[in-house]
Amino acid sequence: MKAQDALLGASRMKAWELALWLALLASPLALPTHALIINEIAIVALFAISLDLILGYSGIVSLGHAAFFGLGGYAAGLLAKHISPDPLTGLLLAAVVSALAGALMSLTVLRGNDLTRLMVTLGFALILYELANKLDWLTGGADGLQGVTMGPLLGRFEFDLFGRTAALYSLTVLLLVFLVLRRVVHSPYGATLMAIRDNRLRAMSIGIPVASRLASVYTLAAGIAGMAGALLTQTTGFASLDLFDIHRSADVMLMLVIGGTGWLYGGIFGAAVFKVMQDVLSNITPQYWTFWLGLFLVVLVMVGRERLVRPRSWFARGKTQEAR
Amino acid sequence: MKRRQFSTAAVAAAAAAIAAPAALAQDNVFKIGLILPMTGQQATTGRQIEAAARLYMAQHGDTVAGKKVQLIVKDDTSLPDVTRRIAQELVVNDKVNVLAGFGITPSALAVAPIATQSKTPMVVMAAATSSITLASPYVVRTSFTLPQASVALADWAPKNGIKTVVTLVSDYGPGLDAEKFFKDRLLFNGGQVPETLRVPMRSPDFAPFLQKVRDIKPDALFVFVPSGAGAAVMKQFLERGMDKAGIKLIGTGDVTDDDQLNDMGDGALGVVTSHHYSAFHPSAANKKFVAEFSKANKGLRPNFMAAGGYDGMRVIYEAAKASKGQGGDALLAGMKGQIFESPRGPMFIDAQTRDVVHNIYLRKVEKKDGQLWNVEFDVIKDVKDPGKAR
Amino acid sequence: MLTILFDGIAYGMLLFILAVGLSVTMGLMNFINLAHGAFAMVGGYITVLLMQRLGLPFLLCLPAAFLGAALIGALLERTLYRPLYHRPHLDQVLFSIGLVFMAIASVDYFIGSTQQILQLPDWLKGRTELGSGAWQLGMGHYRLFIIAVCLALTVVLQFILSRTRFGSRLRASVDDQRVAAGLGINVNQVFLSTFAVGSGLAGLGGALGAEVLGLDPNFPLKFMVYFLIVVAVGGTSSISGPLLAALLLGIADVAGKYYIPKLGAFIVYTLMIVILVWRPQGLFVRQGGK
Repeated sequence: MKAQDALLGASRMKAWELALWLALLASPLALPTHALIINEIAIVALFAISLDLILGYSGIVSLGHAAFFGLGGYAAGLLAKHISPDPLTGLLLAAVVSALAGALMSLTVLRGNDLTRLMVTLGFALILYELANKLDWLTGGADGLQGVTMGPLLGRFEFDLFGRTAALYSLTVLLLVFLVLRRVVHSPYGATLMAIRDNRLRAMSIGIPVASRLASVYTLAAGIAGMAGALLTQTTGFASLDLFDIHRSADVMLMLVIGGTGWLYGGIFGAAVFKVMQDVLSNITPQYWTFWLGLFLVVLVMVGRERLVRPRSWFARGKTQEAR
Repeated sequence: MKRRQFSTAAVAAAAAAIAAPAALAQDNVFKIGLILPMTGQQATTGRQIEAAARLYMAQHGDTVAGKKVQLIVKDDTSLPDVTRRIAQELVVNDKVNVLAGFGITPSALAVAPIATQSKTPMVVMAAATSSITLASPYVVRTSFTLPQASVALADWAPKNGIKTVVTLVSDYGPGLDAEKFFKDRLLFNGGQVPETLRVPMRSPDFAPFLQKVRDIKPDALFVFVPSGAGAAVMKQFLERGMDKAGIKLIGTGDVTDDDQLNDMGDGALGVVTSHHYSAFHPSAANKKFVAEFSKANKGLRPNFMAAGGYDGMRVIYEAAKASKGQGGDALLAGMKGQIFESPRGPMFIDAQTRDVVHNIYLRKVEKKDGQLWNVEFDVIKDVKDPGKAR
Repeated sequence: MLTILFDGIAYGMLLFILAVGLSVTMGLMNFINLAHGAFAMVGGYITVLLMQRLGLPFLLCLPAAFLGAALIGALLERTLYRPLYHRPHLDQVLFSIGLVFMAIASVDYFIGSTQQILQLPDWLKGRTELGSGAWQLGMGHYRLFIIAVCLALTVVLQFILSRTRFGSRLRASVDDQRVAAGLGINVNQVFLSTFAVGSGLAGLGGALGAEVLGLDPNFPLKFMVYFLIVVAVGGTSSISGPLLAALLLGIADVAGKYYIPKLGAFIVYTLMIVILVWRPQGLFVRQGGK
């Protein structure tokens, strides 16, 4: 009974989680002056969670996840501009477009070692960047996609200058996706993913269809990344080439690594820490804040990533065990 | 388990830390939100403009219309969505009276809707694409537009023995503007443009493009690259022996950016460019500007970005005086139609288009007192932005 | 056409010198060092500063760039990199990105963010043209110089790797670290010297490349992608792999931009993806190597 309870309990919402999510959802109302950065954090957190799905749970190293982020962003923007300003339709379309792209690209990430995957995913993101630049009759090129005005959400809530609607919208999408993914990773499907991550050969030998699993999770992650991109376009009102840029993929990977891979909260936590730090530091030194960010990262790694979340270990001697 | 409990506490603590009390609205402060790329590829733009803005404040005092002027400088790292968020925060939280800066076109375009929605004037001090002033009725520009510079050169070239020109531009908004307007005007003047080449923004090597130009052998090569890349083009142009093959190098002034010109070496001598600002402009106002700018910034020479920033501050200050420190529509009205003497020469802000109208000078690189300068030899007065006529 | 080939070879050789250090350290120490570009930047700045402030001749600055970058590399290896060898790749990525940020911001702070312009000595500034018409070969003297230096270095590297004791120790450590240590090879020393030399080569590459590629604080991030491409396509188990990969990419990039300027930027990335999908382990993999 105990084992079964433990396994089932892992996928249930705990009390502290409920409190956390209520606090997050209330934050744009409680801190109206910070609604904009909360919106940004929510969007990047969603993006980071989608990366966690392939990086943390399936072991696919990707430096080009921004390809789907950008695809979703442009898809939503173009839909809003030319066909329908309804945000939810845009969100859906973005998810579908990115998922399709993910399905196509998943064929290429199945083979090779870490470095190969890194470069192939990166290459795709770079190609999409150049494509978006070239097709400027469609995308607005380097000037960005202009004229994206969103209709009211659910027909009632206008996107206001304070960013409150935007933040609540993003947070709600984040919560819903999180709940779904939580079910996914705690299911037998999720268990097979982790098995593949830990030892692909062994997973194959017990009959797990590695290729189709990886392809399906990559597609799912791509779709969610596309949703995050759509949220960004919809809440800011335009899309530009840097949605595909390498620094976006790199930043989200950093956030995920800071927060911890393999548990979905890592993406949220890492996104919050990274963004807040970036904002605070760049207010203090607008020119040289990257130095302090770099220093933080170096110290973080030297000291050990898990120590960030275990204050007791700050004073412990000796090496900490690797969490995985 | 403990890790997860801690993370809740951490997130809550972070939330509490962010919840600093909102700044009290202060009625006796005039706030300027200066959003610039202080890091990244366009960092030199940000430095020049910030230095120029602070110089203006140092020269003209930090009080206007009875209010204290507060300059809030923010780094947008050249990312349009960051620019937009910063602009939104400045308007909503800091309640700035005017937004300024905007190093690249997408940044300016991204902020335009916010300016319209919040009725905050935005002064574009750097970005140079024509369409920016159309994006919002609250946009005022003090920088320049590429069409202004390109058209002037396309008028000058055929009168000086240059009939066939190949264009080489960076593949982004201002570059495409420059290419289009130069080509159209040159064709109108009876010239020919056998090839138009576009260089990807990330391209580290101009060699294959320049080789292609060499093989076509036009009378001249027209170049536009963002400020900072001019030196590379110049060097590779010389390295490829193109000057010896009889191909002249002409371009907009970004190629011989004052920021870098002195370091380019004698190979840059004789290059003809068209631009609205040269640090060698022989007016008393400019000499004073250059001298004081250098003194305040460790001998740095101001470039056209600095001129845009300096004039932008002038426009803001005078408009604030006219509107008695109010923001919004009154401030915007005070900006339109301003005529004054800038370090670049005379200029005014067109009341209809809110765009800058100034002289475009034709300059040649010459050595004076051991330093390289863009020496003006011809001028086209009061050039309006041709891009608006379309 | 020959000129384009020449330019492509020069560009490729430059990429090779810049990337070979990364390839060897990745193969040897299994350490993803994204800060490699920072060493190149250091070499470039050492050269520029020595020439501008002290007026040293260009040729003298090149070994200075190599030594400077190598020393810094050795120092960092001993203090910061060594504890991280057995960490997961993600930690190494995080760490090296942090280093890059710090390097970029420091250079920006001390020297400024304008593009650094190098003044080459006159004997390197000329150009020689052979032949005529479509078969004309125009060789810029500086690019000739680059090719010559890089060829010489390649020969030296290959010699060291295959004919010297150090080389065989290095190859043994790459193949199997534990067994090599068990045979009495001082693996730590091999790592230290290899990392130092690799960083030194990067510094030299940065110095050589300052003229052709430009030099500003963002150099490491701008070019990191190209280094990674060379290493991914060339594999990490030999010198000839990255060499051929760099040449291939250099020529493809230059030729692509010349013949089809509209698609200029796509060529390199598409080529890389095609190669990696076809041969996931890289184009040139030694049997039994990693």
